[in-house]
Order: sequence, then C-alpha cells, then structure tokens
Amino acid sequence: MTTPTAAVALTERSVTPPTYRHDPSVRLRPINWNRVTDEKDLEVWNRLTANFWLPEKVPLSNDLQAWRRLGEEERTLTMRVFTGLTMLDTVQATVGEVCQIQDARTEHEEAVYTNIAFMQSVHARSYSSVFSTLTSTPEIDSAYRWAVDNDLLQERCKKVLKHYYGDDPLKRKVSSTLLSSLLLYAGFYLPLHFSVRATLTNTADMIRLILRDKAVHGYYSGYKYQRGLEHHDDATREHMREFTYSLLEELYELELQYSGELYEPLGLMDDVAAFVRYNANKALMNLGYPARFPAEETQVNPEIIAALSPGADENHDFFSGSGSSYVIGTAENTSDEDWDF
Amino acid sequence: MSLPWRHDSGASAATESVVPETPDLVHFSSVSENTHRFVERLQRPSARIPLRPRIEGSLHMNRPYVLVVPTYGGGTLSGAVPKQVIRFLNDPTNRGLLRGVIAAGNTNFGADYCLAGPVISAKCQVPVLYRFELLGTPQDVARVDDGLDQFWERSAATDVPA
Repeated sequence: MTTPTAAVALTERSVTPPTYRHDPSVRLRPINWNRVTDEKDLEVWNRLTANFWLPEKVPLSNDLQAWRRLGEEERTLTMRVFTGLTMLDTVQATVGEVCQIQDARTEHEEAVYTNIAFMQSVHARSYSSVFSTLTSTPEIDSAYRWAVDNDLLQERCKKVLKHYYGDDPLKRKVSSTLLSSLLLYAGFYLPLHFSVRATLTNTADMIRLILRDKAVHGYYSGYKYQRGLEHHDDATREHMREFTYSLLEELYELELQYSGELYEPLGLMDDVAAFVRYNANKALMNLGYPARFPAEETQVNPEIIAALSPGADENHDFFSGSGSSYVIGTAENTSDEDWDF
Repeated sequence: MSLPWRHDSGASAATESVVPETPDLVHFSSVSENTHRFVERLQRPSARIPLRPRIEGSLHMNRPYVLVVPTYGGGTLSGAVPKQVIRFLNDPTNRGLLRGVIAAGNTNFGADYCLAGPVISAKCQVPVLYRFELLGTPQDVARVDDGLDQFWERSAATDVPA
C-alpha cells in the first residue's frame, strides 16, 4: 500500500468542478476512481452499471393485442398514470438528481448522481416507448394536456422542486428519496395489477426493471442522507426527522387525492393506498427512520406482491412452526471462486 | 455496548478474537448499517462479521448460531452474498456451526428478493428462517425474537452444544 499523504495533500489543495462557482481561482481535480474514500460509491456505481437497460430491449409490441382488449376507461387510466410517472421522472432526471451533485461528500458521489440522472431520463423515455408502440398521437397529446392541467400532479412535483431549489442539502436528499421510494408507487401499481391478469405483461416487465433501479436510487440517497446527518448536532437531526415525517404526511395526503381521482372509478383505490403506505415505510427505512404505518395498514394484495417479487408472498417464515416451510434453498450453486467449499 | 467478539467502529487491535462463548446470532452489515439496526432491536446479543477482516481481525464461532445477512441486490447471483460473509463461511468451523439464515432485501429486486438467503441455504444446507425488508418493521423484529427463542428450544433436543 502506498502512503496516502500525497493524495491527501492533493485533495486539500484542489476541488472538484462543482465547487468552481464558490471560488473560480481554486485548483480543479479530475475524479480518481483508484482512490475511493466511500466504498458505497463504487459498490453502487457497479450495481447501477450492471443493471443498465434500455426500453428498446423490451418487446413492448407483444402487448398490442392485450392493449386492444382493454376498455376505454382502462386505456385512459393507463395513459394518465404513465404520463404522471413521466412527469415525476422528468423532474428527477433534470433537477432532483442533478441538484444533489453540488452537495456530494465525495467526488465519486458526483459521478454516481450523473449516472442516476441519466437512468431517470431512460425511465422517462420508456413510457414514451410504451405510448408510441400501443397508442396514437392524438391519444398521447391528450394525456400530456391532462398532465399539464392536473393541479394535483403539478402540486406533487412542486412540493419536491421547492426543496431541490432550496438551500438545504439534507432536505434535497429527503425529498429525492421520498420521490423515488414513495411518490412513484401509486403509478407502478397499475402495470402490476394488469400483469396479475396476464395483461400488458411486457410493459410490466419494463416496470420491474424500473423498480429495480429505483430501489438502488432510494437506497443511495438515503444512505448519503445519513452520512450527511452525522455531521450535524442533535437539534438539526431532530429538525430533519420532523421535516421528513411532515413532508411524508403532505406527500401521502396528496397521493391519496391524486390517485383517488385515477383509481376510484375502477374500485382499486383501497389497494393502491395500502401499496403507497407500504412503500412510504420503505422510503423512511431508506432514510434510516422507523416505519410510519403499522403492519395492518400496509397489507398489500398478495397478488400484487407476487407480481412485484415472485415468491415474496410465500410463507418463508420458518418460525411460524409449519413443518412444510422447512425448505433448504435450491438456488443454483454459484461458480464464484470466493466460495472455497 | 462493547463486547469482545464485536468489531464495531474500526477496532484498534488486528487480533483474532477467541472468546469462551460466542453468541447464538451473527450478522453482517455494510456501512449503510441497515442490517445492524435490525439486529440491535432484537433482545439478544449478536456478533458482527467485520467489514474489513484484514484490519479488524476475523470472527471465529464456537457454538451453533443463526446468521442474519443483507442481500446485495440487483447484481449477479454470485454477488448477492457479501464477500465478508463468504470469507466467514469459508472457515469450516464457522460453517459447521451455522444452523439457519435470515436474509434482508427489497421486493423491488423481484425474483432476487433476499437472494442471499437461498444462496447460503443451498451452499451450507441450512434452512432460510425468515426474510425482511431493509431495516425490518416492528412486526419483523418481534417475529424473529420469538422465532429464535422457539428455534433454539426445538433444536436443543437434537443439537449437541459445542
């Protein structure tokens, strides 16, 4: 191992490019992936790049027949739900992730956020792929007019944008984590609901790829939030805890109103609300906070959980005592050489 | 809480830890501390697999235990189990004393949810006892606490204590 002295001196007398705006005279430093100070940065970078995908790889046109079988009401609902998701991913790609670059604690964190921002653009792009495959230009234009004119959708976005453009790095992290881990889920519910009925299954496969990415995004911002909190006193930590729970409450209330308008006509809202509460708890856990909603309020329809994660609804609770649940894993043996037995 | 077999926060000595009796619970947690926070809420001590074994020393068990492990999601099958846990289980004594595994994960990873559980289960021929998401809910904590009590009672009849 080489002595880190020279490198430490380098980081002390130089900065990464985002700091230029505070001091144009300062020396700039190129990113060095061979000197990683927070191992999470490299781990998350590797996970994100391993998960990379594009909508062109998903055979969306196989959903055409199923789309034609859907009723008028379900098609309009789908268009609106996906346009709403496009709106949030646009916010996240162009502002939400990019604004966190300036707050980065390491140079590698800056790079990770450029990756996440691009992936959010891929997500926003993917709904357009669904539209162009399944629907017509007049229908698409109509859904976009709906999005621009829907006050609740606008308010959901502006509630987080306010903090993205605010002056508190911790509030940016909380807002971003709540968007990635809470706000999107009422929208994700619909394709999962359809896939349970063997409808739009390729679109659902695409949504599962998005869900996988969102889990890493929420985890990373939540982790960096906790790293940031460590540098503040108890009063600030308490203030941030209160801020988080209060923003969560506001977003949750908005979510019920926004999604209620969409899903109530189909009688799905109770189930959607449970799914939102289940994900709200996960958003809080990403930020290091205890769950807000008790277990009985987060009982998601088992079919939806199965559509999300096959097998997750099965009883893997060996502790519950049933002998039949004593199962030895049957996962394929890994060929990883690290296992030496 | 500071216990001799614990390796919290950059322990000073790089010595191998050998203590009279190790706990019946072992966990691994990355710097995100998610799994550590779950284990802290249980009503029982747990030994933590060191994050940096070369600096912190390695953990050697001397009585049967259950392992709580996070899944590194969204990667490959072989990457699901943290390297430090693999290294810990490569020790034949540690592996021989393993009685069950509890895995953490996130349902967003689909079929890979809590994948570290079945991977370790297949490798070491022990059951997956429970799965939970992220930090675990209060319900998860209560079920694992009760479940572990019953699990050790049930296995007392068949297990020869080390």
